[in-house]
Amino acid sequence: MTTSSRWRSARTYLGVVIIVLWGLLPFYWMIVTAFRDLQFTFDTTPWPTHVTLDNFRTVFATNRGNHFGRALLNSVFIGGVTTVIGLTIGVFTAYAMARLRFPGKNAILAIILAASMFPGVALVTPLFQLFRNIGWYGSYQAMILPDISFVLPLTIYTLTAFFREMPWELEEAARIDGATKRQAFTKIMLPLAAPGVVTTAILAFIAAWNEFLIASQLSSDKTAPVTVAIANFTGSKPHVEPYTAVMAAGTVVTIPLILMVLAFQRRIVDGLTAGGVKG
Amino acid sequence: MNDNAPGSVATAPARRRLPRRRAGGSSLDPHEKRRALLLVSPAMIALAIVIGYPVVRAIWMSFQADQHVENGFFVQGGFAGLDNYKHWLLQRCGDVACPPGSTGSSFWEVVGITLFFTVVTVSIELVLGFWFAMIMNGKFRGRGLVRAAVLIPWAIPTAVTAKLWYFIFSYDGIVNHLFGAHVIWFGDKWAARSAIIVSDVWKTTPFMALLILAGLQLISDDVYEAAKVDGASAVQRFWSITVPLVKPAVVVALLFRTLDVLRMYDLPQIMTGGGAGDGNDTTTLSILVINETRNGFNSAAALSTITFLIVFGVAFLFIKFLGASATGAEPKAKR
Repeated sequence: MTTSSRWRSARTYLGVVIIVLWGLLPFYWMIVTAFRDLQFTFDTTPWPTHVTLDNFRTVFATNRGNHFGRALLNSVFIGGVTTVIGLTIGVFTAYAMARLRFPGKNAILAIILAASMFPGVALVTPLFQLFRNIGWYGSYQAMILPDISFVLPLTIYTLTAFFREMPWELEEAARIDGATKRQAFTKIMLPLAAPGVVTTAILAFIAAWNEFLIASQLSSDKTAPVTVAIANFTGSKPHVEPYTAVMAAGTVVTIPLILMVLAFQRRIVDGLTAGGVKG
Repeated sequence: MNDNAPGSVATAPARRRLPRRRAGGSSLDPHEKRRALLLVSPAMIALAIVIGYPVVRAIWMSFQADQHVENGFFVQGGFAGLDNYKHWLLQRCGDVACPPGSTGSSFWEVVGITLFFTVVTVSIELVLGFWFAMIMNGKFRGRGLVRAAVLIPWAIPTAVTAKLWYFIFSYDGIVNHLFGAHVIWFGDKWAARSAIIVSDVWKTTPFMALLILAGLQLISDDVYEAAKVDGASAVQRFWSITVPLVKPAVVVALLFRTLDVLRMYDLPQIMTGGGAGDGNDTTTLSILVINETRNGFNSAAALSTITFLIVFGVAFLFIKFLGASATGAEPKAKR
């Protein structure tokens, strides 16, 4: 190895360390604080000290008007339903966009693009009144419907990009080798499409899971998702932010996402960048 | 939902002949056209319901008056013409200028703050994201770890990010401790704005970096090798190969992020409630819309309409002048 290439690789590794610390340090601090005793909230020891599970008990306690456990279920439900609807509707459009040639394709693309740029706040004002008039205010559908506005463009975009990359010739080949249409689709194309669909589902679910603005305006105590529950979390003393409990709540909300991200990282990166760059 | 659609997905590919795809410019198959419209329609109908209808309703509302006091009596609604727009753009409350501290009088200030957040955050993210992407594009061991690390800030819900950084920037928090400072981060205009910018940059730089990285990976090593053989320096290679070739990816990343920051709500709302110390120091357009819903839905609808016109205006300028093609429409066929 020459001096210059050794220097370059040292510089690369320094950069790599900085990037990893960038991603991990604040996250690490949240977890360390989540396990720290309330009395030692502002302890600045870099490793876990005064370790306790009390904060997690506080998070799930309901005696101070917090409904975190319920909020978790709400988020799973809202995110799940939104994802299923988004995927079911989006998959057909994505197939057409990736595989078929038809007039008005660019117009449809422009509509989807415009929809993905649409500011969520512009939905809140008209929907707030409408949902109150028809008695939907605070219901699950009051959040699921507006959530579709950003989940659907996302699923169409991502699925289109995945479908474009698929080797559709294989289906033809299977037909030539004597497979029926159904066999060619279910045995060859469906398994090939599955990873892209799963990735899209994860991206859609994360987007819905993280939504705050619409939920903060249109949910009730019973239907509020975790993002709203965390933002409104109240501690034992008024005007004192219960940091350790909030960090514990943040940890609970984030861990499932982190696990998904770790399991599917390569595909998620593909999915995230597919709509943007490969076009 | 649509009984025909699943079947047509299953059978459609088998029916088509392979060569047709490559034969650019051939006439359109009417069956293919009908099938495409059938496949596309559920999504179009859904978007018309969840976006189209609210937009039309918001525009209609924006021309209606909110309940207000006239000659000592409460007056219900009625057609208001452009009054709600005058309220924001000209800061007129009825026939007089809006008093200081009212939502109407803060419109241009809030537009300024929103643009300030947008320009500063996106600029920092562009520089940092480019640097991250260059590093991740190099050769090193442990790519999986790096990829996982950059995805963490992206995956954490913004509401949690806000609470996490609210804690990090708290008076007794780690930032003041590390720098030996005694700053009340959320009690001062510029301190609060900085804290919000840092939090947003932390959360979204990885996304920017990944988009730019994907662009970098499309550049073939041969181009660099050829330039090296021709004696181009590293700096020259960066400016005359990397930058122009990665530009399309960067422009798309910039577009996405700019539109995101223009719509920013979660971070400033949860961290500061839109104020810091006093007033609207960290109020973005989205926060102002929500605040206004307490005064009247119709004037809030006018403001949300203005907001989405601003967002689309910026998107239009981007696409027009920087040539962002986030569409990925037909050029693919040329490959």
